[in-house]
Amino acid sequence: MAFTEKDVVTMAHGSGGQAMQQLIEQLFLQAFANPALNEREDQARIPLSLLTSVGDRLAFSTDSYVIDPIFFPGGNIGKLAVCGTVNDVAVSGAVPQYLSCGFILEEGLPLLQLEQIVKSMADTAAAAGVEIVTGDTKVVQRGAADKVFINTAGIGAIPGTINWGAQHIRPGDRILVSGTLGDHGATILNLRENLGLEAELTSDCAVLTPLIAPLREIDGVRALRDATRGGVTAILHEFAAASGCGMSINEGDLPVNPAVRGVCELLGLEPLNFANEGKLVIVVAPEAEQATLAALRAHPLGKDAAVIGTVTDTARVQLKGIFGASRLLDLPHSEPLPRIC
Amino acid sequence: MQYVDEFRDPELAKTLLSHIRHKVSAIAKAGERPLQLMEVCGGHTHAIYKFGIDQLLPPEIEFVHGPGCPVCVLPMGRIDGCIEIAERPEVIFCTYGDAMRVPGRNGSLLDAKRRGADVRIVYSPLDTLTFAEQNPDKQVVFFGLGFETTMPSTALTLQQAKRRGLTNFSIFCQHITIIPTLRSLLEQPDVRIDGFLAPGHVSMVIGTTPYGFIAEDFHKPLVVTGFEPLDILQALAMLVDQIHDGRCEVENQYKRIVSQQGNALARKALDEVFELKESSEWRGLGSIAGSGVQLTPAYREFDAELRFNTQEHQVADDPQARCGDVLTGRCKPNDCPLFGTRCTPQNAFGALMVSSEGACAAYYQYRRGLA
Repeated sequence: MAFTEKDVVTMAHGSGGQAMQQLIEQLFLQAFANPALNEREDQARIPLSLLTSVGDRLAFSTDSYVIDPIFFPGGNIGKLAVCGTVNDVAVSGAVPQYLSCGFILEEGLPLLQLEQIVKSMADTAAAAGVEIVTGDTKVVQRGAADKVFINTAGIGAIPGTINWGAQHIRPGDRILVSGTLGDHGATILNLRENLGLEAELTSDCAVLTPLIAPLREIDGVRALRDATRGGVTAILHEFAAASGCGMSINEGDLPVNPAVRGVCELLGLEPLNFANEGKLVIVVAPEAEQATLAALRAHPLGKDAAVIGTVTDTARVQLKGIFGASRLLDLPHSEPLPRIC
Repeated sequence: MQYVDEFRDPELAKTLLSHIRHKVSAIAKAGERPLQLMEVCGGHTHAIYKFGIDQLLPPEIEFVHGPGCPVCVLPMGRIDGCIEIAERPEVIFCTYGDAMRVPGRNGSLLDAKRRGADVRIVYSPLDTLTFAEQNPDKQVVFFGLGFETTMPSTALTLQQAKRRGLTNFSIFCQHITIIPTLRSLLEQPDVRIDGFLAPGHVSMVIGTTPYGFIAEDFHKPLVVTGFEPLDILQALAMLVDQIHDGRCEVENQYKRIVSQQGNALARKALDEVFELKESSEWRGLGSIAGSGVQLTPAYREFDAELRFNTQEHQVADDPQARCGDVLTGRCKPNDCPLFGTRCTPQNAFGALMVSSEGACAAYYQYRRGLA
């Protein structure tokens, strides 16, 4: 479909009529083309055998993406919508296979922008080996939504040998992260708040399936999460609550890009609380620490992987500072706000 | 990271801590109360808790968390005043981020935003002038908040507004000044503070000279200090040296930023735009003479309170709250009956819980449940 700069989403694109059919056929069907979608039924029809050949449990996840701005260094809302849901499925140990996607479009959205978003969804899905097999499009009047919202749901199958979960975490286990923290959150904050920082800030938005795959072969992997909203702090609190254990991490071991650290120092924020879109927090048994670290570092997405702490038997989340004193790592009540003094 | 890591070197920290321990052991006598050292500024309070400096020091040193967090000492009635203006349909109300959650009687600015008010967070007050130029049919109001640290940028913004002839811009002025408050603290008979860590950023503007009375009239040592952990440890070493030697002087640890005279350009801008008010109300401390500022007659056209004819909102603090006692070293945050129960960062009753800079909020965030 050859859009021009003048072409925008109109209410007709959500009417069920010709304009909508044209948009679906010439944009979505072409970009996401695959056998299930090409059947053009109201639902995707997936042979169960394709799933059962991979695993014995279904992993099923959904998320909605409402980010502002919709384009940012390192990605856009479309790439994010694929990465986010694929990662949510993959951290269970499942092999993500199929996605659905629902668009809510604001009247007036430039079609060139929508095309760019859809193309990057298609590219990201293809690279991740997943198919977008069903979808939905709605258009709302200008002002009723902010440019574009995307919902994706994903399914995959969990191999029978894998049983990862926070309830398996034990005192003495090691806590790892797969790379530098806070890159996505700092990038979005810089753009959204017009901070004008010219630092090298790029979102880490990525599909983590290839980073997770080799971990299935390692005995002693207890639990995985991708550290999105709420950052590593939120994941550590979730792990602590589910396992009844404590989490103790070392400030000096946290991998943080200098540019992200700069933003945090400037605004009085914590990189541990910033969102990531391509980073794992992993808890492993002590004997699995080195194998896990080596497996992560063998992949470009995990080259900065680090062991950041240990699971303890006192049910609190704390951070050991660079001078050796510990402090509580509190879960922020809401979005952190910059300080003036 | 350059300009940060140099001030966080653990080896240097060990050396300074060892010096402090050595000097304190020479000062301390058996059975005597610990030294009470006041860090005036909320930024220092935050750094002390964040880096665990209080845990690294010998028990003979106790911190008293001073009144230098402008958000904490903001009376509830002033927030009600902000909301009264912000909820006018023609107003775009601009504020620094950390004033958004401070509760007034009718909720916070964040609540007002939820109710439909156009409240925007800015990082520089100069941004508000752009809003005013882009929205000629709106009234843009900036919430001027803070000590001498933030006052110069408000003054510069007002000078620019006047130069550009903006008629739809004004400020809700709640700037306060630290020196009269320190004097007022020291004049209270049962307050016993052995030394002061003075705020680096305020001092960058006012210089070190205005603190002279603390050493001369009240015979207390004072060290102006920066906000990195090694700044604070070095300043503590300088303070205990003074106490050990029986000296009471104004010393400057933060020489890389602060001069004796301060910033002449900034002070000139302040003198042009602001004048002292007879008295100002501080949350937790009551009314303090000469501690607040208002716009000079030449700039009064930009006074939001006059422009919108706001009401005077008086809200009494909870009588059980011991904010004033924490601010004067009479008690610790967790000695207050409201601490961590009725007063938490999510539902702050007391002054010192309303900002992350506040002593109670920092204590709650970093120390709660730690032995």
